[in-house]
Amino acid sequence: MSEKAPFTIEQFYKNINQQELLAGKCIKCGKIHLPPRTVCDNCYSKDFKWTKIPRKGKLLTYTVIHIAPAQFQSISPYAVGIVQLENGVKLPGMIQGTQLEQLKVGMSLSVEFGTCETSQSWPHWPRYYFKPT
Amino acid sequence: MKGKPLASIVSAGLSKFGKLEGLYAREIFADAAKEAFDNCPKLDPKKDIKALYVGHMGESYEHQGHTGATMADWAGLGHVAATRTEAACASSGAALRAAICAVRSGLSDVVMVGGAEKMTHRATAEVTEYLAMASDYPFEQWNGITFPGLYALMATAHMHDYGTTERQLAAVAVKNHYHGSMNPKAQMQKEITLETVLSSRTVAWPLKLYDCSLITDGASCLILTRPEIAGRYTETPIQIVGSGQASDTIGLYERASFTSLEAANIAAKEAYEMAEMKPENINVAEVHDCFTIAEIIAYEDLGFCRPGDGGKLAENGETKLGGRIPVNTSGGLKAKGHPVGATGTGQAYEIYLQLTGRAGKRQVKDAQIGMTHNVGGSGATATVHIYRRE
Repeated sequence: MSEKAPFTIEQFYKNINQQELLAGKCIKCGKIHLPPRTVCDNCYSKDFKWTKIPRKGKLLTYTVIHIAPAQFQSISPYAVGIVQLENGVKLPGMIQGTQLEQLKVGMSLSVEFGTCETSQSWPHWPRYYFKPT
Repeated sequence: MKGKPLASIVSAGLSKFGKLEGLYAREIFADAAKEAFDNCPKLDPKKDIKALYVGHMGESYEHQGHTGATMADWAGLGHVAATRTEAACASSGAALRAAICAVRSGLSDVVMVGGAEKMTHRATAEVTEYLAMASDYPFEQWNGITFPGLYALMATAHMHDYGTTERQLAAVAVKNHYHGSMNPKAQMQKEITLETVLSSRTVAWPLKLYDCSLITDGASCLILTRPEIAGRYTETPIQIVGSGQASDTIGLYERASFTSLEAANIAAKEAYEMAEMKPENINVAEVHDCFTIAEIIAYEDLGFCRPGDGGKLAENGETKLGGRIPVNTSGGLKAKGHPVGATGTGQAYEIYLQLTGRAGKRQVKDAQIGMTHNVGGSGATATVHIYRRE
């Protein structure tokens, strides 16, 4: 991925497709943006560099969705949560590869790459998910 | 009397809340407007009302945008300056704030503010999708996080951090259905038991069907004036003495806390300071109970109890009619119903009834000071208003 790639949400997902978890780091103030932002919300700078984000983290909170939008009905019930990665940034996503009863706040999870099977093509961009380590 | 009046409420209207078959939102709004006009015979709506602010969330429900003018048209307000505000479920809380600004600016002496939404003709899956539009699209919606899912994430965190229980969540629903049983305009007017809530089907664990507010059709409105001229229209104006509004990240995941809404904290602080009041001054409050956990978090954010004690407050009956601080005497979003765009000014309507002594069976004795707390999405918008009887 080129350093000149735009610091956009679309580019974030393109990076995910290349199995890379990257955030935008503001060169001026040092704030790490996950997802990347085109303008730093802290210092308003537009100068960023891509920075690799650790894939390991801890589950801060979770839920199991039983009543799902049409696009996700075929996979419900499914777990989603918010994970804090080792450098402190937070990311929401689906949690796979675990029994729903075994979910616990504080459990260790890692970011994995793949596609999520849904009954429709939306959402069709490349995906990531969390898996117990 | 603390707090300088920002604006005065001289009349108010509310349609029946529920499944209103065969009606468009504009027709429901006209009904609410008629009540406000009928109760204020000294008001000449066409001549006196200079602006209309109307909260409305979704064009998708009726394939109808441009709802400011649409509502003005059906309310018989001719060429009034009409503007729609959209802040998800806080759309009419934001409209109220805008209407107060219009009055305070001196540009408009008399302003109408309200909201409307028609939702029940759509399938539940469609409504779920439209409501989810209030959340972050490329990270939350894409990952299948529904709207109840976002509040379930808050509930899990609250249970983990403070030991809040599913029974305490259920106590909020039982209380609000009890209040709703005394409100003839509520969608649900039947009492329920803890067992009803706990045994209902899971929507997004730990939230069950009876932890969730309703899909509702309805409309609400208020007539505001400059405080100096309120006496021309009524002998019993209600003064708005505090107004707070704040925003937060659109994504829940970016926030420092999942057990408190920072926008609500900031809005409450602004409103309390403006009104020169503290939480203990509030006699009655309508808070945004889109889910039971939301009401528990609201108690804490508004200072009715310490962070983490909200579940106990509900369980001990302190927020029930007759308790220390009755909350959601209308039945709340939970039992009165939640026609999204109409909710904010619908809450203000209940406070108007309470402070003018017209709340019937659910009247809070000697209510002098009231509060409304209206939240958009998972807390990216919050508005808080404080009202007092003159």
